[in-house]
Amino acid sequence: MAMTDLDIPPVRPSRAVQRPGAIQRLMSDYGQEIVVLLAIVALFAFVTMINPRFISANNLTTIFAGNAYIAVAAIGMSMVIITGNIDVSVGALIGVLATISGTLAVAGYPVWVAWFAPVLIGMAINGLIGVLVAYARIPSIVVTLGALSILRGGLISATGGTWISDLPPAFMVAQKKLFGLPVPLVAMVVLTLLAAAWMRYSAFGRSLYALGGNPEAAVATGIPAERRIVAVFIIHGFFAGLATILFATQLQVIQSTVPPNLELTIITAAVIGGVSILGGSGTVIGSTLAAILFATIGSALIFTNVSAYWLRAVIGLLILATVLADMFRRSRRI
Amino acid sequence: MNLKSLFRHEMLLAILLAIVLVILSFQSDKFFTVSNLLNQGRLMTETGLIAIAMTFIIATGGIDLSVGSILGLTAILTGVFWQNVGLPLPLAAAAAIAVGTFAGFVNGIIITRFRVPPLIATLATLALYRGLAEGISQARSVRGYPEWFYVLGQGNVLGVPTQLWLLLIAAVVASIILGYTRWGRTVYAIGNNEVAARFSGLSVERTKVALYTASGFAAAVAAVIFVSRVSTTRSDMGTGIELDAITAVVLGGTSIFGGRGTIAGTIIGLCLIQALKNGLSLAGVKGDGTIMLIGAVLILAILVSNLFERSGTR
Repeated sequence: MAMTDLDIPPVRPSRAVQRPGAIQRLMSDYGQEIVVLLAIVALFAFVTMINPRFISANNLTTIFAGNAYIAVAAIGMSMVIITGNIDVSVGALIGVLATISGTLAVAGYPVWVAWFAPVLIGMAINGLIGVLVAYARIPSIVVTLGALSILRGGLISATGGTWISDLPPAFMVAQKKLFGLPVPLVAMVVLTLLAAAWMRYSAFGRSLYALGGNPEAAVATGIPAERRIVAVFIIHGFFAGLATILFATQLQVIQSTVPPNLELTIITAAVIGGVSILGGSGTVIGSTLAAILFATIGSALIFTNVSAYWLRAVIGLLILATVLADMFRRSRRI
Repeated sequence: MNLKSLFRHEMLLAILLAIVLVILSFQSDKFFTVSNLLNQGRLMTETGLIAIAMTFIIATGGIDLSVGSILGLTAILTGVFWQNVGLPLPLAAAAAIAVGTFAGFVNGIIITRFRVPPLIATLATLALYRGLAEGISQARSVRGYPEWFYVLGQGNVLGVPTQLWLLLIAAVVASIILGYTRWGRTVYAIGNNEVAARFSGLSVERTKVALYTASGFAAAVAAVIFVSRVSTTRSDMGTGIELDAITAVVLGGTSIFGGRGTIAGTIIGLCLIQALKNGLSLAGVKGDGTIMLIGAVLILAILVSNLFERSGTR
C-alpha cells in the first residue's frame, strides 16, 4: 500500500529498499499517466461504436497533428508548474510569436529565420518574466497576469486585428510529412520523450522537482533557486516558441487572435496529466497525453452531435474533478 | 508600523492620481467635465464592486479568478430566466444572482474543504462557469428588456448614475467592516498567518467560505448592472474583468501575499485605472494600448511595493 501510494514518480528507489514488482513500479511512477491513457482508449472505443468515421485517418490527423502545439507548449508549462510557479500569459505569447513569425515569412526572410526568431524572442520574453519572479520576488501569477495584458494588448494594437495570409509554401512545416507521418505528430512525440528523459535523469531536472517539492530544503542542499527559476522560464519560452512554429504553419492564414483561453487549456493539460498543482511532482508524458485527451474530447463531442458550446463546461468539470482527486490523494497519504 | 506604511502607500497613490488627473485635464478639455467624470464612474462600477470583494480575498492571501465567468453566467441566466423560463424580470434577476452567489460558495467549499489552492480552484471554475454560460446561451443573446430595467445601468438618481450610488454604499460598508469589525480583523489575521489565526480560535474556514460567497454575490450584482447598462446579454460578458479588479486591488496597496490592504486604497487604484483608460482614449490611444499600460502598471506597482517592503521590516 505504502509503495503504490507514492506518486513522486521519478525518485529512484534506493538499493536498500526492497524493490516492488515491475507493474507495481509502473503504476506508482506513472499512475496518472496510465489513467489518462486509458481514458483516451475508452473514449476512442466508445465514440467509434457510435460513429465509425471517428477513427478515419483524416480525423486522427486532426486530433493528433492539429493539437500537437498544445502538447508542446504544455511541456514547458509542466516544468514551470513543477517548480511551484505558473504562467497564465503563454497563450498571448504564442499569439504574438505567431504574428512575428508570419510577418517575417511574408516579408521574404529565409524560412529558418521565420521559424527560429519566435523561439529566441519567446525565450527572451519569458527570461524577463523569470527574472521578475526569481529576483524581484513578484509572484508568478502577478507577473504573468501583467504580461498577459501587455502581450494581448500589444498584439491587437500592432496588427489591428488583421490576418496574415499568402504565407510561402516552404514556411508551412506543420503541413509537411516526416517518415510518412505529419511533422507536428513527430515533433510532439520526440520532444515529449526527450523532455521526459531529461526531467527524470538529469541533475537539472531533479533540481526542478526539489524546488517545487520543498524550496527551503532545495536551497539548503545548494540548488541555486533563482537561477533555476529563470532557466525554467527560458526553457518554457523555448517550448512556447516551438509550439508557435507548429501553430503558425498549420493553416494558410495566421489570425491575430489565438484560441480563447489557450493558456488555460495548456495549464489544464499539465495538471490533468498529473503535474501537481502545488509543485514537486508530475511528468511531461502525462501533460502530452492530457493534451491528446482534450483534443479527443473536442472531436468526440462533434462526432456524437453534442453542441460544441458545452465543450468548455466539460473541460472545466474535468479539470475540477482532477484537481479534487489530486488533493484527495494527498490528504489520504498524510 | 503597519499603519504608517499603509498610510504612505495610499498617500503616494492619491498624489499619483491627482497628478494624472491634472495631466489628463490639460491633455483634453473634455476630460475634466462633470458629465465625463460621472460617466467614468458609471463605467467603473462593475469592476469596482468585484474589486471590493477581491480586496478581502487578497487580504487573506487568496485570489478569485472566476469572477468574470460568474458575471457571464449570471448575465446569461438573467436573460434565460426572464425570456425562456418566463419569470418576471426582478425575480429572474434575483434567481440569477442567487446562482452567482452559489457559484462563489462552491469556490469557497472547494478551497476550504478540499484544500485546493485558491488560484487553481478558481482557475478551474473560471473554465467551468464560463463553459456553463456558453452551453446555456448556445451563443444566442437576449435583448429587449423593459424600459424601467435600464434605470439601474443607464439612469440617474439625484443627478448621479444609479449604480455609482451602489458602489459608494458598498465601499463605505466594506471599509467599515474591514477596518473596524472583529470580522475584518480576522481577514488580516488569516492573511498574516493562517495557522496562528486558527490556533487563536478564529473561524478561518467559515470566514473564507463567506468571502468567496460574497465575491460571487458581488460579481452577480455586477452582472445585472452590466446587462442593464449595455441593454443586452451575451455569454462572453465580463471576460478578463478579474484582471482589472486584481490590478485595482494590488495597485491600491493590498499585498498579494495577504495581511495588508484597505478598501480606500482599492478605490483609489480603481479611479487611477479608469482615469488612465479614459484619458488615453480621449488622447486617441486605442483600447488595446490601454490594456498594455494596465499590465505594465500592475507589474511596476508590485515591483515598487516589494522594494519598499524589503527595505522595511520584512
